[in-house]
Amino acid sequence: MADLKTTVFHDLHRELGAKMVPFAGYDMPVQYPMGVLKEHLHTRSDAGLFDVSHMGQVILRPRSGRIEDAALALETLVPVDVLGLPQGRQRYAMFTNDAGGIEDDLMVANRGDHLFVVVNASRKEADIAHMQAHLSDRVEVVPVTDRALLALQGPKAEAALQALVPGVQAMKFMDVAIMPWKGVDLWISRSGYTGEDGFEISVPNGQAVAFARALLAQPGVAPIGLGARDSLRLEAGMCLYGHDIDEATSPVEANLTWAIQKARRTGGARAGGFPGAGRILGEFTDGAPRRRVGLRPEGRAPMREGTVIFAGAEGGEPIGTITSGGFGPSIEGPMAMAYLPSNLTEGALVWAEVRSKRLPAVIAPMPFQPTSYKR
Amino acid sequence: MVMKYTEEHEWLRVDGDVVVVGITEHAAEQLGDVVFVELPEVETQVAKGDDCAVIESVKAASDILAPIDGEIVAINEKLVDDPALVNKDPLGAAWFFKMKVDDLSVLDSYMDEDAYKDLIG
Repeated sequence: MADLKTTVFHDLHRELGAKMVPFAGYDMPVQYPMGVLKEHLHTRSDAGLFDVSHMGQVILRPRSGRIEDAALALETLVPVDVLGLPQGRQRYAMFTNDAGGIEDDLMVANRGDHLFVVVNASRKEADIAHMQAHLSDRVEVVPVTDRALLALQGPKAEAALQALVPGVQAMKFMDVAIMPWKGVDLWISRSGYTGEDGFEISVPNGQAVAFARALLAQPGVAPIGLGARDSLRLEAGMCLYGHDIDEATSPVEANLTWAIQKARRTGGARAGGFPGAGRILGEFTDGAPRRRVGLRPEGRAPMREGTVIFAGAEGGEPIGTITSGGFGPSIEGPMAMAYLPSNLTEGALVWAEVRSKRLPAVIAPMPFQPTSYKR
Repeated sequence: MVMKYTEEHEWLRVDGDVVVVGITEHAAEQLGDVVFVELPEVETQVAKGDDCAVIESVKAASDILAPIDGEIVAINEKLVDDPALVNKDPLGAAWFFKMKVDDLSVLDSYMDEDAYKDLIG
């Protein structure tokens, strides 16, 4: 694999015994010697440290100096209330396209005089180009290339980070703050991709490895790879871009209506005004023909991405497809997400074709595993 | 007792007039934590290369192929209840199935332990 990029933690991953795989153009750790299953359970019982430096960090600085102008500019690309996002707070958003599909999902934070966004690794070049093309008249779009990104997740995350950065325990879920550590600024948010309480921490490249080592030295903190990251986020019912959401799925179909605040909906203060608003707001009123739902297979066989779903045990046409699926170590059973006709609701029985056999699965509420955010 | 190995990382052990089939330590390690095992039905006639059993780990699903022509005469139900046994004791308690074969000399064509060790490097 030539041309794979690496993060600043590459040597540390090797030292920790990681098995490396190509992911979104980067050579990344899929697991450490502990293994995916134990890494997953360790994150839920103690704390896990994830290298997410492949993700894109971008600053949006208003040319006028007024944060409202950056917020209003970004609102032309996302169906989310950015203007109403208070200073020191972060929220989930998605870039939509003219067809009402999703180009990427992201986090956006209000940091007083500018916005800070974090986008997916696989989409960061496209996202940056998209923002530069549409926002540059009002906003300076500045990719942050000299900082790494770590996620620290799990019940022992707070104590571990508090030991290094006194004060983080006062943060609540989706708070953001800039805090010092050994003379450098850490950009910290209380958020993550596991359903656990935890933090995401942007740290300058030069101090990143020392900071990661300091976290790993704290009680209960273990390095966790992409394998467990995927099973943790699936148990938490969170979407993986390019799988559970993509350029063809709308936020309503994807069951992400909670991320579209009243201000941007029909009748709201700034209704519409984002790409694909016609379709998306129309689906709020009329409903979408299909929806992303959770599935719990009745047996023990995992149902993987691409598995076709039928209404009955025999015959009939496919009614949908699984977009993510696997085994949930904490729920001790298989779980999946699928797009299914909207008339099928929680408790409905469907049939998934696994190795030419139809196996029953029930539409189930998500998250599959209860979340433990610090509200 | 002689162990033979296939290129699909299965081990075969002759036990009286039956052949016991499992997966190697190397295969179990590569698969990662096994979370699901599906076994064939007893008395099934299988031909070499048929899909015989399924193993799913946290990462992916893999098929176990019949290593030789024959009849499935026993299956290890313990694996269905406790798939993690495959990682704990792949060469022992985690055997998959036992086959009755017409011609045991077919086993001669498979690798011995040294040859298998060369294969996995």
